[in-house]
Amino acid sequence: MALPDAEQLCRALAESIRPGLHPDTALVGIHTGGVWVAERLHATLGLKTPLGSIDVAFYRDDFNRSGLHPQLKKSDIPFDVEDRPIVIVDDVLYTGRTIRAAMNEIFDYGRPARIDLAVLVDRGGRELPVCPRWSAHELALPPAQNLQLERSGAGILTLRLIDA
Amino acid sequence: MRNPQLNSHGELQHLLTIEGLPREILTAILDTAAPFTEVAEREVKKLPLLRGKSVFNLFFENSTRTRTTFEIAAKRLSADVINLNISTSSTAKGETLLDTVDNLCAMQADMFVVRHASSGAPFLMARHLAAMGLDHIHVINAGDGRHAHPTQGLLDMYTIRHYKKDFTRLAVAIVGDLLHSRVARSQIQALATLGVPEIRVIGPKTLMPTDIDRMGVRVFHDMRAGLRDVDVVMMLRLQNERMQGALLPSPQEFFKYYGLTAEKLACARPDAIVMHPGPMNRGVEIDSAVADGPNAVILPQVTFGIAVRMAVMSMLAGS
Repeated sequence: MALPDAEQLCRALAESIRPGLHPDTALVGIHTGGVWVAERLHATLGLKTPLGSIDVAFYRDDFNRSGLHPQLKKSDIPFDVEDRPIVIVDDVLYTGRTIRAAMNEIFDYGRPARIDLAVLVDRGGRELPVCPRWSAHELALPPAQNLQLERSGAGILTLRLIDA
Repeated sequence: MRNPQLNSHGELQHLLTIEGLPREILTAILDTAAPFTEVAEREVKKLPLLRGKSVFNLFFENSTRTRTTFEIAAKRLSADVINLNISTSSTAKGETLLDTVDNLCAMQADMFVVRHASSGAPFLMARHLAAMGLDHIHVINAGDGRHAHPTQGLLDMYTIRHYKKDFTRLAVAIVGDLLHSRVARSQIQALATLGVPEIRVIGPKTLMPTDIDRMGVRVFHDMRAGLRDVDVVMMLRLQNERMQGALLPSPQEFFKYYGLTAEKLACARPDAIVMHPGPMNRGVEIDSAVADGPNAVILPQVTFGIAVRMAVMSMLAGS
């Protein structure tokens, strides 16, 4: 299957987000792929609010089944969440459970004015009522396959299909 | 035989001692603790990892700081924490340790944090739980007799790594009452496992275990010689409550030879950090000028201790 070019999707995503931005809007990328996309968007959109990043491992609903993954990242929210419009950024949207965990985590920093969701690829298969406001590409995939964003040594983003 | 602390997947099932734990597990605990330090800066200082779990603090020996930091750690993970005041409980009426454990298991305990004056009490509990087939219940040793205090050892390692980054080029001195100290034993095992090449112990002969050099440490009775060019000074508390007979002439004399003063600290490297597990005896082990001075990292140790205990509890609960 031919996959779209991730760099091109980042540019398209930035342009679709641009009209919906507020001067105070902050981006929050989800580790790890979502942070890479958020970094691209942050630069392209020239946002003033520093970029936030979160690792949702502490909020996942499958902790009792699978425990903590070994490479935890520090969450970093370098702005005041209270009354601020926030855009959660992720690479691939699937079940929606990660987004639920991310929203729970953001609320522990304060009460945002609103939260929107921007994703590079929506692969369908939702298990929760989560809908992105912006998605650069839609691609229906069977559960046996995973779509993964990768970053080369030179910093180039590419999408790769792997068997789950 | 399998290490009784690990499950069949090689994951941490109980934390009883540092001894015998591979470097990968110690490093995993320190790595996991790092993101927990950030939780203290949030408006809501709570994570949902232990929601619905019951953590029982069983302190058969007095402790304020350790019990409190375990309690804060468990509460920040959203667990229900039950503190058992042992001196007024059934133990005082003659109940055995294992009967107490059985009763608390019947109350759906998920985790025990235990401090006991007898070395090995947490091992006994872990073995009993295994024999009962209660593999989902975890035990954390919060100090047993003169044996081990693993979370203190781990938080000390976290502190050292925070300030010094690389364990493999450090000289570390542990000073004071080595004889009665479970903290020192856990520190030495952790330092050795993490690859610290030079571990020194400093103290009077009366407070030094006779075979301690078998743990791979260099023994000094002259504090200035022992502190020469070290990167880390770990002070121990003088355990007056554990001493029987005249091991020391007087606290004043101990301070003269083994109390950490600015003048003695000058023998160490200028950027050496000074640590103490608390509670401090000012003017006995450590001079106030040093305890409150620029090299001291004693209060950061306490803060890091909460993150390390959160990491341990999360890893056990997720195993």
